[in-house]
Amino acid sequence: MTGERVTDVPVVSLAGVDKDFALPGGATMTALTGIDLDLRRGEFVSLIGPSGCGKSTLLRLIGDLTQPSAGVVTVNGKPAPQARLDRDYGMVFQAPVLFDWRTVEENVRLPLELTGQERTARDARVAEMLELVELPDFARHYPYQLSGGMQQRVAIARALTFSPAILLMDEPFGALDEMTRERMNSEVLRIWEQTGITVVFVTHSIPEAVFLSSRVVVMSARPGRITRIVEVDLPRPRGVETRESRRYFEMVTQVREALRSGEGSGTSDDSLASIERAEAEGLTG
Amino acid sequence: MRRSPEVIPAAGPPVRSRLGRARIYLLFVVGLLVVWEAAKFIGGDPWRYFGWEWRPPLKFNVLNDQGLPHVWDIVGTMIGPYRRNADQSLFVYLLLKALYTWREAAIGFVLGGALGMALAAAFVHSQLLERAFVPYVVASQTIPIVALAPMIVFFFGNNVLSVVIIATYLTFFPVTIAMIRGLRSPDPRALELMRSFAASRRTILWKLRLPASLPYLFTALKITATASIVGAIIGEGPGAIQGGLGWSIIEFNQQYITNPSKLWGAIFVAALLGVSFYSLVRLVELRVLRGRPEASAG
Repeated sequence: MTGERVTDVPVVSLAGVDKDFALPGGATMTALTGIDLDLRRGEFVSLIGPSGCGKSTLLRLIGDLTQPSAGVVTVNGKPAPQARLDRDYGMVFQAPVLFDWRTVEENVRLPLELTGQERTARDARVAEMLELVELPDFARHYPYQLSGGMQQRVAIARALTFSPAILLMDEPFGALDEMTRERMNSEVLRIWEQTGITVVFVTHSIPEAVFLSSRVVVMSARPGRITRIVEVDLPRPRGVETRESRRYFEMVTQVREALRSGEGSGTSDDSLASIERAEAEGLTG
Repeated sequence: MRRSPEVIPAAGPPVRSRLGRARIYLLFVVGLLVVWEAAKFIGGDPWRYFGWEWRPPLKFNVLNDQGLPHVWDIVGTMIGPYRRNADQSLFVYLLLKALYTWREAAIGFVLGGALGMALAAAFVHSQLLERAFVPYVVASQTIPIVALAPMIVFFFGNNVLSVVIIATYLTFFPVTIAMIRGLRSPDPRALELMRSFAASRRTILWKLRLPASLPYLFTALKITATASIVGAIIGEGPGAIQGGLGWSIIEFNQQYITNPSKLWGAIFVAALLGVSFYSLVRLVELRVLRGRPEASAG
C-alpha cells in the first residue's frame, strides 16, 4: 500500500458534479453545484462548512449512497457504484450504528460474513482489527456495555475489516465530549498512519479539521460548493504539541476566514439537512 | 496502553427479587380465593358444614352454588374421578385433553407465525404487494371466528386440520402487523452501512432486518400463543374433535346444571394451558434476546 501512495492517479475524483434534490411540488433544490475535487492516495481530507452546505451529501456521493444529478464520480479508477460493489470504502457515521444483538467481535465480523471468508482467517482479521482500535479485551461485550467513544472505535474497526482503500467518516465524533473527541482524533491519526488508508472526514469543527487533515476542503451553502482548499502543512506525527503550536492557530484562523468569506449569500440552511435525512430514511421503505 | 474499562456489568435480575416476585404472585392467588369465598359468604347460598349453618345476609344469583361453586367443591371435583368408576382423576383427564389441544394450537401457532413473517417480509420489500393485500389481511380479521369456523370445517372436513387452520388464522395477523413494523425498525444509517458493504437485499433481511425485528416478533408471539389456544378450543366444536379441551368444555357445559364444578375445572385447565404456552414463549424470548438491553423488559 505504501508503494501505491506515491502514484499520482487520484483515488477519488469528482468532475463537474451537481446534486439536486426534488422537493415536494415539483421544485428542485440544488444541494451541490460544480464540484471538482481530486483526492490523492493516502491523503487525509476534511470537508468543512456550515450545515446545509452539502458536505455530507458529497461524502455520500463518493460512497455511492446517493447518485449525482450531473458529473462523474470516480473511485479507485472505477465508477462509484462499481467501487461500492468492490467494497473499496468503509463508512463511519456520527452514531456508531452497532447492531445491539451482536457482541463487539460479532459486529466487527459482520462485513466478513458477507464474503463467505474462511473461519480462521476471519477470526484472525477480527482480532487484528480489535487490536488496532485497542479493544481486544471487550470482544465479548455487547455495545450497550461500552462508552460512546468505545462504540465509535468498534465502528471504525468494522469499517476497516475489508482493508478498504478509502475510509468515509461523517462527523464521527460529533456526539462525543471534547476530551473523548481529542483522544479519538489522535486514535484516527494513528490508524491512518498505520494503514495508509485515504480518509474523507466530514466535520463542523475547525480545530478538528486542521489537526487531522492534509487538506481542508472549505464549503459554503446555497448552493453547496467548494470555496477553498487549505493545505495544512503542520509536521507529522501530530500530537499535543501540535495543538499548542503557533502554526496550528494560524491554520485554524485561515480556515475560519475561508469559511466566513464563503458565507456571502446566507448563514446556514437546515432544509437540506432535513432532505438528506428524509432521503436516507427513504431507504427503509 | 489500555484504557480503564468503563463497563456496565451484565447482571441478570437478582435471585431475591425473583423470590419476592413468586411470593407476590402467590399472595395474589390466595387473595383472589379469599375474595371469592368472602363474596359467597356475603351473597351466596347457605353454608352447611359439620352441623354448622350460615345464612348469607344478601342474595345474588351469580354467587350461588350454581353460578360460583365453592373453591373446595371445584378442587374436590378435580381430584375425583372424571366419571363414575373411572380410575383417572378429572384433573389428569383434563390435562391430557389440554395437551391434545395444545398440539393443535402449537401447529397453528407455528404455521401462523411463519405465514405472518412471510407476508411481512413480502410487504416490506414490495409497496405494491403491501398496498394490494394489507387491506384484505385486515378485513380477514373482522370476520368473527365463530362464523368462519363452520365454513373452514365444511371445506377441510371434521378433522384436526380444520382446527389447525383456525388456530393459524388467529395467529398470523398479529405476527404480520408486528413484523412489518419490526422489519422496518432498523436505523436508516444501518441500512446505508449494509449498502456500503455491498450487501444484497437477502443479506440485509437476514443479517439486519430480521434480528432487529425479533423484539417485535416476540411481542406478537406472546399474543398469538394465547390466541392460538382460543382458536383451537373454538375450532374443536364445529370440527367435532373429541380429544381436546374444547369438546370437554362443550360436554361440561351441558352438565352444568348437575355439576357446575366440572366446567369451572375445565376453564381453570384452559387458563393454565394459555399461561403455560405464554410462559414458554417468554422463556424462549429471554433466551433469544439475551444480551440485548431491552431483553429484561416485558
